[in-house]
Amino acid sequence: MENLNQLIEKALAEINAASDNQALENIRVNYLGKKGTITSQLKQLGTLPADQRKEAGMEINKAKGQLQQNIQARREILQKQELDKRLKAESVDVTMPGRKINTANLHPVTRTMNRIVTLFSGLGFETKTGPEIEDDYHNFEALNFPAHHPARTMHDTFWFDDGHLLRTHTSPVQIRAMKHMKPPIKIIAPGRVYRSDSDQTHTPMFHQVEGLVVGETVTFASLNGVLNQFVNAFFEKDLKIRLRPSYFPFTEPSAEVDVEWKKDDGTTGWLEVLGCGMVHPNVLRSGGIDPEKYTGFAFGLGVERFAMLRYGVKDLRQFFENDLAFLKQFK
Amino acid sequence: MKISENWLREWVNPKITTDELVEQLTMLGLEVDDVVPAAGEFTLVVVAEILTIEKHPDADKLNVCQVDAGTGENLQIVCGAPNARVGLKAPLAMIGAVLPGNFKIKKSKLRGLESNGMLCSNVELGLSDDHSGLLELSIDAPVGQDIREYFELNDTIIDIDLTPNRADCFCVKGIAIDVACLNELEIKQPIFNSIEPSINETIDVTLEAEKQCPRYISRVINNIDNSKQTPVWMQEKLRRSGIRAIHPVVDVTNYVMLELGQPMHGFDKSTIDGSINVKMAIKGEKFTLLDGKEVVLDESYLMIADNNNYLAIAGVMGGLDSGCGDSTRDIVLESAYFDPATIMGKSRDLGIHTESALRFERGVDPYLQEQAMQRATQLILDICGGEVGPLNEVTSDEFIPKSISIELTEDKLARVLGFIVESNQVTAILEGLGMNVEQMDCCWKVIAPTSRFDIEIEEDLIEEVVRMVGYDKMPSANLSGESVIMQLPEEIIESQLIKTQMTTIGYQEAINYSFVSVKQLENFNLSKGSIALKNPLTEEFAVMRTSLLPGMMETVKYNLRRQNDSVKLFETGYVFNQQENIQQEDKIIAVCTGKRHAEHWSLGKESIDYFDCKGDLEVLLDNCKSHYSFANSSIEFLHPGRQAMVVLNGENIGWIGQIHPEICRRIGIKKEVYAFELYMKSIKKTTLPIFEDVSKYPSVRRDLALILDSQIQSDRITQLMEHELGDSLVETIIFDEYQGDNIETGKRSLAVGFVLQQQNATFEDKEVDKLMSKVVSSLKENLNVEIRGT
Repeated sequence: MENLNQLIEKALAEINAASDNQALENIRVNYLGKKGTITSQLKQLGTLPADQRKEAGMEINKAKGQLQQNIQARREILQKQELDKRLKAESVDVTMPGRKINTANLHPVTRTMNRIVTLFSGLGFETKTGPEIEDDYHNFEALNFPAHHPARTMHDTFWFDDGHLLRTHTSPVQIRAMKHMKPPIKIIAPGRVYRSDSDQTHTPMFHQVEGLVVGETVTFASLNGVLNQFVNAFFEKDLKIRLRPSYFPFTEPSAEVDVEWKKDDGTTGWLEVLGCGMVHPNVLRSGGIDPEKYTGFAFGLGVERFAMLRYGVKDLRQFFENDLAFLKQFK
Repeated sequence: MKISENWLREWVNPKITTDELVEQLTMLGLEVDDVVPAAGEFTLVVVAEILTIEKHPDADKLNVCQVDAGTGENLQIVCGAPNARVGLKAPLAMIGAVLPGNFKIKKSKLRGLESNGMLCSNVELGLSDDHSGLLELSIDAPVGQDIREYFELNDTIIDIDLTPNRADCFCVKGIAIDVACLNELEIKQPIFNSIEPSINETIDVTLEAEKQCPRYISRVINNIDNSKQTPVWMQEKLRRSGIRAIHPVVDVTNYVMLELGQPMHGFDKSTIDGSINVKMAIKGEKFTLLDGKEVVLDESYLMIADNNNYLAIAGVMGGLDSGCGDSTRDIVLESAYFDPATIMGKSRDLGIHTESALRFERGVDPYLQEQAMQRATQLILDICGGEVGPLNEVTSDEFIPKSISIELTEDKLARVLGFIVESNQVTAILEGLGMNVEQMDCCWKVIAPTSRFDIEIEEDLIEEVVRMVGYDKMPSANLSGESVIMQLPEEIIESQLIKTQMTTIGYQEAINYSFVSVKQLENFNLSKGSIALKNPLTEEFAVMRTSLLPGMMETVKYNLRRQNDSVKLFETGYVFNQQENIQQEDKIIAVCTGKRHAEHWSLGKESIDYFDCKGDLEVLLDNCKSHYSFANSSIEFLHPGRQAMVVLNGENIGWIGQIHPEICRRIGIKKEVYAFELYMKSIKKTTLPIFEDVSKYPSVRRDLALILDSQIQSDRITQLMEHELGDSLVETIIFDEYQGDNIETGKRSLAVGFVLQQQNATFEDKEVDKLMSKVVSSLKENLNVEIRGT
């Protein structure tokens, strides 16, 4: 048995010294293989006296189990070492720039328009659009601007030779919508509009969003409520707004809406942001709606104005220069 | 409309500060644009009289004056003004005075002689920019009186931006009525005495155009004292409204206009030949205006004529020869009502701006003429004296506008406003605005003052009520009424999704102007069917775009010049075309130029080519889940060998290609630019996904190397394969293209993979072999394709 113990010690030393899987396998074969040292000891059991055989068999089997266990443990260690080595070799500089897809973004005017439309669609407003080359009827007459009315001079209109014009506001969509829909009507109409005016605070093309609500219980107070909610939601701020009497031929009563705004110099003042009012009965009639049964409110706002306030843009004209350095800021 | 605060307060004087008054006006809908002091800040300036005047011994242009400033002793003042003379009264800034701009007056010596103050012009006092000489004060100005007191300069000028409906507020009276009503006060009107005529003379008036001029009141005043000057208080009120004093008669008519709202005209009687006729002009006639400008008339101009000549364009401007001047002794005053529609647009057409036209075209109270005439007569008599003839009124009862009665119901008021205004308050407001109100059960019968052109219907009265209640006092309510779930068609792709996809694949959204220059369109040979603006702002914006390309190319150029190596942009918007009718259709354009990848340590440096652009286009086409193809085209603005029509479901929906290098060179772009433009409506249609069973059987792939004629386009191969293999073909992959060594000139090699799969069974090798040999013979037969390696 002295012999067996020495054998085990030797084997264990070899196992621990095995530096790779192959060496370990060789050790296993040497001791535990068909012709291995331990295996041959088992085979020689028959030569022992019967009373020693059982005990010796147990000893050898124990030794065999011990070696198997050690070989397995060593194998796991070696595998782990090997994996570690491979993974180490595979490591990269994780701070090197990735192969990203360079995504771009929407124009700030589109972004603002989407935001406005989304807020109103939550209230059930349906989006409508209309043509940009309009006729006098939809842009003026149906909106209660009589021919030669001074209110027309407030709109510096681009004309075409045949009497068509570039719409000066999105309000013509009101007429088109009313003619195709039945109350209750709740629409929002974003789009380009044109006025022949160009200076630091005017571009000959800009964007408006028009809103129109017609129903049996549509009131000036509800217009006030909706606009209050809208302004606060748009700016995500509890801003004070005020309605102030004004004049549009297509609404009566009419109002301008001012927002109380902190200016760059720290003072606060009122800033005009949109026009609105109760739809004039003549306009309801133009749209084929009975003004005795229904009332309506409408509002129109300048998208660029809202974008400038929201994102701090100072010069209106930048919106149409399309400088990538400007556009990319609105991601 | 500029107005002196003090003048307004003569009519109505609520106990509020200037700031509060301004706030009230704005909240009444009379938006205040500007508030400025009536004069610059200054102190210690008094009325002084020049007693003696001598030439300065050492300076040609200077005078040495002895001046009485009411201090008890004469003051020596050195002065260079050309109008300095003995007896002149002018403002004197005393020693210690501070003039606008913090300019301090000290004792000084001018060329050796002491000067104890400074005689002032308008400019030094911040009254106007007239620096022609000393401000000449009236003979009766009290010596020693503080100039601020004398001119009542402690006043502000309020500039109101009137909306077109409020013509009634083009005068102090109109504004005063609103302010009085809001503050629950009464207005204080001046007393209008009717003047007893001292002579019988009148001038005959005929209203040939009685529809356009339904009322004309005239009066002769003879022998006015033309040496008299307009009093300071009147000059100052005019000045604060931005009107210069010219002549007492003109000043009085302007004054009455500012006070009551009636524009008037004073003719020099000696220039009128016979009687007055108000009639329409004849096309082609000429007329010389007061300012010397000659204008050509047509039959839309209403004219004041005598027996031979025109005296004035009614309500717009007088003529050069008929106005009042320094030598005028006898005058004819006109106070008329002209139909707004007749006057409307005339001053604009003539390129002149007059206070009279501004008021007449928006509407003057048709019942104001007599009162205005009495007021003007009184003022002229007060200033210049004279002999007054009787008031001569000619009125067309048929055409003079009549007051109408409007009914306002409680129900409507509440239905429009959404809150209740007490009925007594409604009555008080309407009456406060000068309306004749009959309060009945649940309604009011209202007759608005004839000055209120804007009040025609019930809603107009509602606005008046809520205006006086205060828009800022209005409660907020939620939107009530039925809610309906909106339609959400699933077979329509939202524009928003398309735009977002474009940004995801790297295209920045731009918004270009919808108008471009003629040249821009011509550069791209895109001017056919373009629609020109009648009144463009500049040549740059003269025609509507027929394509999104020309404008976008400008934007590309702009950005390439700003150190951007690569530019990828898109835009959606209308393009405009006129064949028989005007067409306006929504399109999308994408342009790309520069490198395929941003510079990167592990990526290639290849430039963007046709297939990058095409791949981006296919992203959009794939949404549609319909068959699309690319057809040969010959679009002039594109590279002849790198362009195609995009065909979706058999319909041409746009183009793709490289912008013609020669056009790029001409507009100043050196790089290759690729672009596509499509109709939005065509790429917004898709189909509802309908689930199909997924095959449980494996697919097999076979590859072929084809050698074919270079002219044969790859889609002929794919089409043929679809035809031959039918439903078994899952996908055709072109995985290599080769031309060059080992390939005959005029030929190219394509490596094509076929992925095959059956729904109900595994493909056996034998079956696949059979299919492939069918494919090979078909390729040979139809396209003369050679198979490599067989």
